[in-house]
Amino acid sequence: MCNQAVSLIAAELERRGIATVCVILLREIAEKVRPPRALVVPFNHGYPLGAPNDAALQTSVIEAALALLERDDVPVLMERGRPRPQ
Amino acid sequence: MRLLGRFRPKLHGSLIIRAVGDASEFSLTTRLFLKTYPWRRIDPVPCAPLRKPLRDARIAIVTTAGLHLPTQQPFDNEKRGGDTSYRVIPNDADVSSLLEAHRSETFDHAGVRSDPNLAFPLDRLHEMQLNLAPRHLSFMGSITAPNRLIKESAPEAAQLLVDDGVEAALLVPV
Repeated sequence: MCNQAVSLIAAELERRGIATVCVILLREIAEKVRPPRALVVPFNHGYPLGAPNDAALQTSVIEAALALLERDDVPVLMERGRPRPQ
Repeated sequence: MRLLGRFRPKLHGSLIIRAVGDASEFSLTTRLFLKTYPWRRIDPVPCAPLRKPLRDARIAIVTTAGLHLPTQQPFDNEKRGGDTSYRVIPNDADVSSLLEAHRSETFDHAGVRSDPNLAFPLDRLHEMQLNLAPRHLSFMGSITAPNRLIKESAPEAAQLLVDDGVEAALLVPV
């Protein structure tokens, strides 16, 4: 449900002139709901930016998401690949 | 770490890895719900192009992790259809002090409780030295009846961000 909620809020922000990007945990939901810009990540619910106390991983996901703000060919749905095994 | 669902994902250190964006982490009941729920389709898809470099744009975070300041009311977990209210988190908030009040039992809450940056990455955005908004927002995303969100709280929240001169937003579910 969180994936739908961020998407619906994002749509309202875009209508008010704010560019948005959503981190998305379920690709299927994003395809149905259609947030304007979405980065689909390979993590479980509860772990949207990868892992707790892992600043490098969190930052890399954020950078990938923010890069989509340059796109205006909405809806944009991009996948972030799996992180390399440790 | 508590794992939910019949099909356990592979573990790599602290990371749980699965196919990108699939639903295999969930129980059969949850997956059936996901299949049959009447998802709201955004149509047309609105677009507000970012007309300046990201470095120059004022950015806000919107999370649906149900985080709140210790001084704020927690979210109402009993509200039918979901609590569509939101909490304002100031830009100088101590992220480690945030409390989590998300009602969903379909995910592991331990990660966000040990590091709220996992779903509300304010410390990360400060480290990146971006131009951050004075206020950020936290919702609780377990909203099965989103009409009030669509008609009331999302427009109200959007106005708050517009008033703050926000030009871009990073939205993070949980």
